[in-house]
Amino acid sequence: MSMQYDTEHPVPMPPILWDNMGFWEGIKRHELVFQKCKECGIWLHPPRPVCPNCRSFEKEWVPSTGKGTIYSWVTYLESPHPSFKAPYSVVLVELDEGVRLVSNMVDTKPEEISIGMPVELVFDDITEGLTLPKFRKVG
Amino acid sequence: MNSTKNKAAIVGIAITDFSKDCQRTELYMACRCIKAALDDAGLRPEDVDGLVKQTNDATDEHAVTSSMGMGNLTYFGECRWGAAPSAMIMRAAMGVAAGVANYIVVYRAVNGSSRRRMIPSMRASGQMSTSDSLQWTFHAPFGHLSDAGQVAMIVRRYMHEFGLNNDQFGWVPIVCREHGARNPNGMFYEKPITFKDYLKSKMVIEPLRRMDYYEEADAAAALVVTTTERAKDLRQRPAYVLSAAQDMLAETEELTSYYRPLISGIPEMGKVGSRIFAMAGVAPKDINCVQLDDSYGPFVPMQLEELGFCDRGEGVAFCNKGDRIKMGGELPLNTSGGSLGEGYIHGMNHVVEAVRQIRGTSTAQVKDADLVLVASGAGGPASGLILGGSR
Repeated sequence: MSMQYDTEHPVPMPPILWDNMGFWEGIKRHELVFQKCKECGIWLHPPRPVCPNCRSFEKEWVPSTGKGTIYSWVTYLESPHPSFKAPYSVVLVELDEGVRLVSNMVDTKPEEISIGMPVELVFDDITEGLTLPKFRKVG
Repeated sequence: MNSTKNKAAIVGIAITDFSKDCQRTELYMACRCIKAALDDAGLRPEDVDGLVKQTNDATDEHAVTSSMGMGNLTYFGECRWGAAPSAMIMRAAMGVAAGVANYIVVYRAVNGSSRRRMIPSMRASGQMSTSDSLQWTFHAPFGHLSDAGQVAMIVRRYMHEFGLNNDQFGWVPIVCREHGARNPNGMFYEKPITFKDYLKSKMVIEPLRRMDYYEEADAAAALVVTTTERAKDLRQRPAYVLSAAQDMLAETEELTSYYRPLISGIPEMGKVGSRIFAMAGVAPKDINCVQLDDSYGPFVPMQLEELGFCDRGEGVAFCNKGDRIKMGGELPLNTSGGSLGEGYIHGMNHVVEAVRQIRGTSTAQVKDADLVLVASGAGGPASGLILGGSR
């Protein structure tokens, strides 16, 4: 099962600002990229104007393998917004690079999800203007 | 760090009744409450020279000041998030301790039930600050829009790490409702619940049931803070602020601190606990009752762990069957009902109740209560304080 949308209502768009633009530009071209500090090399997510580890302002957007595991998840049985049809699950994926990303599952029922479950990246083109990085179980 | 140690006292309190629709504006509710709190203290509006409000409060300081005919305000400011209530008292204590003002009113008026708080619509529409945008960009498009849902993510991980199931979270709402059932001012007067009721409560955002989180209310609360010296000349027995602290860490987000190594705790509250105990010179075993942040019930066992009332991972066992946290137990919890059993005004009622306990006027009075701990803001920035009946 994948996330179902009620197309009568616009999906809340991600606020895109200078600090996170690289992430959403990557998603638009079907590439999951994260900030990496050019000085100390740590992966940063959520994106920041400055590296909290070494305070460098020099960062680059580096592609992720898109592979990871479920770190935690919840299932909305009531929808807080009319564009999302409940039930749906929201997962917190820990990528192999060590960063975590909030997302949804595709082709996976809520009862199939468990902590530690290996997942891989897929892109969900929801509308012309919105693509989201999502995950499905491996195997 | 003894900055707020024993410098101030709470000398006046007032709280309106809790309702689903008070048919009044928040400004009206705030003014009613502030007047009542000043009457309680034996002070007049013109004595007030300081105001501390919560950032999200719909009343501005100048509207309150002009409505009430207050004196010349020399101190005013705000505190944010669920961490506001104890922090607002801390800020008032700092104000009187530094001599910037003599009588500071701390207030919170919220029509959270009738005038739906704007959080989901605001988040969805993208009308928010830069920092909120940077947080919400990774949550909103995925439907992760409700505060209970955001908390549920932390709760699931906590369950996983300590081998818990979500039925075990029932005892906190049951105890809060039991205490709230004794409080005629709250929304659940004479309406206790059983474990069976809890299990039947609707699953809203798995693993959280409806009864696991707060009940929106229309209500207001106000407190008056002055120096320990001035407190002696006023009408009520002072509730001394023995210590107060707030805390935020580099990885803290409001309810979504998902990106740090461990997410199954509330380290900010742990830091607050260490400081307020050290500053007051008391230990967890000395505390007579606690008013903890129960906006989300499963955060109560986590707070008990962080504040040192039990070991890590033992909070749920501490609350099991409710015996230790209800009246007659070693650590009665949220004796007016709290956010789960009285109503949700973002924790301000918890501070009012702590003062009642010190005065001996609670509807669930703990015998000889002399040390009461308040915690505000679980799952994000945190604050806390310890009130005492003597200095």
